[in-house]
Amino acid sequence: METETIEILDNDGINRALTRIAHEILEKNKGSEDLVLIGIRTGGAYLATELHKKLTQIEGQDIPLGMIDVTMYRDDLASRNNLAVGQTDISFPVSNKKIILVDDVLFTGRTIRAAMDAVMDLGRPQNMQLAILVDRGHRELPIRPDFIGRNLPTARNEQIEVDFDEKNIPQAVFLLRS
Amino acid sequence: MSFNPKHILGIKDLSADEINFILDTADSFKEINTRDIKKVPTLRGKTIVNLFFEASTRTRTSFEIAGKRLSADTVNISASSSSVVKGETLEDTAQNIEAMHPDIIVMRHSASGSCDYLAERLNCSVINAGDGTHEHPSQALLDAFTIRQHKGAIEGLTVTIAGDITHSRVVRSNIYCLKKLGAKVRIAGPRTMVPPGIEKLGCEVYYNLKEAVTDADCVMMLRIQRERQGATLIPSVREYARYFGLNEEKLKLAKKDAIVMHPGPINRGVELASAVADGSQNVILDQVENGVAVRMALLYLVAGGEKLQQD
Amino acid sequence: MKILVKSGRVIDPANKIDEKLDILIVDGKIAELAANIDAGDCEVINAAGLLVTPGLVDIHVHLRDPGQEYKEDIISGTRAAAAGGVTSIACMPNTSPVNDNLAVTKYIISKAREQGSANVFPIGCVTKGMKGEILSEMGELQEGGCVGFSDDGLPIKDGEMMRRALEYAATFDAPIFTHAEDLSLVAGGAMNEGSVSTELGLKGIPWVAEDAATAREIMLAEFTGGRLHVCHVSTKGSVELVRQAKARGVRVTCEATPHHFMLTDEAVRGYNTNAKMNPPLRSQVDVDAVRAGLADGTIDAIATDHAPHHRDEKNVEFAIAMNGIIGLETLLPLSLKLVGEKVLSLTQAIALTTCRPADILGIDRGTLSVGAVADIVLINPNKEWTVKAEELQSKSKNSPWIGATMKGLAVKTLLAGKVVHSRD
Repeated sequence: METETIEILDNDGINRALTRIAHEILEKNKGSEDLVLIGIRTGGAYLATELHKKLTQIEGQDIPLGMIDVTMYRDDLASRNNLAVGQTDISFPVSNKKIILVDDVLFTGRTIRAAMDAVMDLGRPQNMQLAILVDRGHRELPIRPDFIGRNLPTARNEQIEVDFDEKNIPQAVFLLRS
Repeated sequence: MSFNPKHILGIKDLSADEINFILDTADSFKEINTRDIKKVPTLRGKTIVNLFFEASTRTRTSFEIAGKRLSADTVNISASSSSVVKGETLEDTAQNIEAMHPDIIVMRHSASGSCDYLAERLNCSVINAGDGTHEHPSQALLDAFTIRQHKGAIEGLTVTIAGDITHSRVVRSNIYCLKKLGAKVRIAGPRTMVPPGIEKLGCEVYYNLKEAVTDADCVMMLRIQRERQGATLIPSVREYARYFGLNEEKLKLAKKDAIVMHPGPINRGVELASAVADGSQNVILDQVENGVAVRMALLYLVAGGEKLQQD
Repeated sequence: MKILVKSGRVIDPANKIDEKLDILIVDGKIAELAANIDAGDCEVINAAGLLVTPGLVDIHVHLRDPGQEYKEDIISGTRAAAAGGVTSIACMPNTSPVNDNLAVTKYIISKAREQGSANVFPIGCVTKGMKGEILSEMGELQEGGCVGFSDDGLPIKDGEMMRRALEYAATFDAPIFTHAEDLSLVAGGAMNEGSVSTELGLKGIPWVAEDAATAREIMLAEFTGGRLHVCHVSTKGSVELVRQAKARGVRVTCEATPHHFMLTDEAVRGYNTNAKMNPPLRSQVDVDAVRAGLADGTIDAIATDHAPHHRDEKNVEFAIAMNGIIGLETLLPLSLKLVGEKVLSLTQAIALTTCRPADILGIDRGTLSVGAVADIVLINPNKEWTVKAEELQSKSKNSPWIGATMKGLAVKTLLAGKVVHSRD
């Protein structure tokens, strides 16, 4: 079957969305005190890196950045082939921090549930907030993003693809319809 | 890549890619062992039976900790407390355990081939924790993991394994593993402890430890079973230590940055002089530490996928 | 009672016959061999397109009766023989109790005569209880029907004991069947020692364990002038030792099993307990030497060492599995395979399974001479068939050839002129 590819965001669009999210994060948290960024591997980790650059630029000081792999926390181990387990790399304590979880696409919410569990196993954060680039709907868990790049209602059989270049810089967001 | 083994019975049947996938997976699990809360929910609800027909505190504990850190329920059955003493066959014992629906059986047994035997007859996954003098895959994988950790890569390294080659399952698994990953493997021991045709597994055979360790990147010493002395294989532990024990003088013949390994437990003053056992080149405790991560990876890999529902 | 076996290709190596002939059987004996016999009114068995040979003689069989009837008994074992075209078997004495006394010998003979489907010639123990300490009463056992003596399965360790056994048996012109193996060199091994045992981590049995023992037995036979039969030679060295001994005029014969000329220790891979036997499956060099020994006459007989074991005794870890496999029902096709592979001529293959083993025992079987008992097998040499556990007559199914395709089938087996097996 033909697959129809529709560009939702281009490089500039992503950039603008991330800049806006950065400002919203700082506004909502009244600055960057106790703020830490945790990207969910793999797409969320790349986006977190970009968001981190922007926050550092705006605030003029470094905000801790970590990556988390949620494979070990997934709820579908028995129903799929093994996924490679990625590295979790969080070199700072999370207790009493304001955690900004970053992911690229929010869909059922199961990945975010896994990520929350993963972070909670590392300590007791002050709070957790969720930043995502595209919210495509179809939630299966009571999870709501705090910062959204683009709301994009989709059909269930459609796919959202975020393209990154070889330096892991986000280039575009596509809607694939088959 | 994706790798969904039903069982882990030996290294012989694994490809280099599969071995690397296991080591990479172990790398990811390793971080959990340094956390305050050393537990992830990955294998929640899975039951792992550690079925040990031979005493092995180290391997059994390592598998048990690995299972627990992945939130599996682990049960240990050792030969002394099992029905083996009542004359039950291995098949019957295993079927009785399987009737309780474990997901994974980790077995140590004195008979070579016993894990293959079990895997042919049971539906659950089987992980070989050492079968007779055949294979000990998790040990070889943790050894490879440790070498990789210290040397960056395994390809092109020269690894010397010395000791009672005939009676070592660790040797066989290590030769397969290291060869597949591109290392050169030398084995060394007195002729009474080197079995015929071992070179067909792809290693070079030495009967002189000094020659065998010369320019090696890694020297792996095997435990000498003290009960073998005075039998037909070696005249005494004293003489063995003189010719096949690793001391500082012999270690100097290896590369300057060579690492010293041992599957444990060590016989100080026999295969390993105390000075070497306590020296800066030994990575023995790293092996033990890495053992947990490697075993977590193995448990994770056999537990995943739909194969548990199959056959 | 007359039976005419018509138009088969009759091969009788003892009488140097290989031509299309009819055989007339009268009252269980061979009355006439000729082309186109007109026997008038009689039962006719059409053997056109078939080989007609003496019934096969297998001089190394374990019938397990008395004592281990759960593995095999005289009825099932002789049925397996008949199904394989074997009409005469010599059974080893390691039963329970062992055959070291007249009562056991007579039990075997009478049960075989009354309920068996093949002739059974017992082999008695060399030593009482097979303990290697006191000679058994060989004279009386021979009188009772024993055709040779053996402590098969156990070598006679003591040199003096073996010397006296050979001397004493020679008094009665009986052969000593030796299981030649130096147990101190076996040292608990489970398979042939070599690269495969190393890889599988199984303790090996070195070839020298057999060679060293064979050499001693031959020296003792030479010294005593006794008759020695070396069971199941499996190594290059022991074949050569027998060859040299024969050249020196030592009274020695020997046998080889189909598994030792068909399989190597590679068959053990996967811890296949149906590839576990004693002597163990050896290397290709040894297989080649056994085949050469069969071809040049060094080896006198093909014998199966038919060793039935219950499933429970094989369905265990390799190291503790029992030694041995069944063989009666695959003897014929595996022997004919050597003809197909141009190792033996057809006449040689038939001689190795009929008249030559009969000569070792000194029994009047294995030929189609006029006047001989009409033990005859009709063979379809081209018939392909699959070995199926459920079709085997033996109580035990421990064969490495289950599922394998065989070529050559005994389609009819006649025991003293009576059809005891028939299959198309």
